[in-house]
Amino acid sequence: MKLLIRLCSLLFIALLVLVWQLTIGHAPGHLLPGPWAVVLGIVDLLRHGLLLKYVVASLFRVTWGFTLAALLAIPLGLILGWYRRGEMAFNPIAEIFRPISPLAWIPLAILWFGIGDLSAIFLIFVGCFFPLLLTAASAVHNIPAVYINAARNFGLSTPDFFARVLLPAVMPQLIVGMRITLGVAWLVVVAAEMIAVNSGLGFLIVDARNAGNRYDLVVAGMLIIGIIGLLLDLGMRSIERVKSFRWSYSGD
Amino acid sequence: MVFERDGQAISVLSDISLDVGDGEFICIVGPSGCGKSTLLNTLAGFISPTSGSVVIDGEAVTGPDPRRILVFQDHGVFPWLTVEGNIGFGLSKLPRAEREKRIAHYVNMVRLQGFERSYPSDLSGGMKQRLQVARALAVNPDILYLDEPFGALDSITRVIMRGELLRIWQTERRTIFFVTHDIDEAVQLADRVVVLSSRPARVQDVLSIDIPHPRNISSPRYLELRDELLKQIGLAYEV
Repeated sequence: MKLLIRLCSLLFIALLVLVWQLTIGHAPGHLLPGPWAVVLGIVDLLRHGLLLKYVVASLFRVTWGFTLAALLAIPLGLILGWYRRGEMAFNPIAEIFRPISPLAWIPLAILWFGIGDLSAIFLIFVGCFFPLLLTAASAVHNIPAVYINAARNFGLSTPDFFARVLLPAVMPQLIVGMRITLGVAWLVVVAAEMIAVNSGLGFLIVDARNAGNRYDLVVAGMLIIGIIGLLLDLGMRSIERVKSFRWSYSGD
Repeated sequence: MVFERDGQAISVLSDISLDVGDGEFICIVGPSGCGKSTLLNTLAGFISPTSGSVVIDGEAVTGPDPRRILVFQDHGVFPWLTVEGNIGFGLSKLPRAEREKRIAHYVNMVRLQGFERSYPSDLSGGMKQRLQVARALAVNPDILYLDEPFGALDSITRVIMRGELLRIWQTERRTIFFVTHDIDEAVQLADRVVVLSSRPARVQDVLSIDIPHPRNISSPRYLELRDELLKQIGLAYEV
């Protein structure tokens, strides 16, 4: 059955490529490169060694930005979620910062960090920090009281309690939040690279257009961004499958 | 014990006075909503009484403590840990060999051999309750509080679990407080049964069950005591 579904997915993709190719034949003025041109474009990038270099650059920034945000936001979120009064005090600040798109931070990022990796990492950090913070805090609120009370029986110290009870208890919800936030990080990196950096997949797209209207490279870049985004998501999904995280409050 | 709900003071428990000896099996029964769980939570230190105090071995109770563990009716085991992980939860301060020995001992005692590496999601309701009891016993508490622990199980499993609990209690004797709404359960298990009145609850009566274990549930003395309890609760015994 699973094989059949996989085959269907491939069929849909093949169908899409076919439709793409057909529309190219009819569209005037090269509004969109054809699939074959895109493939050649990818080969071109590979040959110049640019593809690998740019992919690594983008992934590097996402990894750093996301990891830093997670390392700071998750513990802080757990603390805020647990100490309601602290959360109430912090909430107005968080709610003001959250709707500010990371892209609005670009001018400040360039001012503080110049053009380059640091800017991109900062932007990704900003884009990931608040969603992760709020996910962690809200996840703590959703922990069924019975787990908290069962743990209180054993007289754990506060750090122990956070590490051995709160953190595992919020993991399922946290992983979902991380999956979504990773997607956001990937979106931000592409945008950041279009403006604030000189390498990476976002830069590739902007550069390809500026340096000679190479729309085949533009679409090639988009395709690769999509594929890597998919791979990142699959990676996170496989973490979800770890047995220790696979429980949920509803399923018993 | 007075609760405040939406600004209104609700008196839940009033005038509860009880003396319990070491190793006794006490059942607490009463009509639904009378405050049995509240009493248990107070005894375990999860809530503080608004007046009066809980004193254990001369020491006042100020909060939950590993010397007295409360076992919950449902969802008490940690779903992110295996059976071994759950039982070993309170044992982190022990050296590894000792810890493993204790875990193995309690796995055997609650008859969960073969499931050491399983997660609670793979266990049945009865097994999860056994796991909770094992986890509680592993830290060697003086007192076990059980809050309707078999309430979520089917009736056949309940009967089996009662036997298991008695067997465990007779092997490793602790003081047990067992809250239940099931009269038969109380008569089958307890040394003494504390009957609470409806809210605000006070101790209406304390019945001593003087039948030695194993108890025959058709013996005249058993039926006598059961009828006495039913009368106390105010239930007719002809349906």
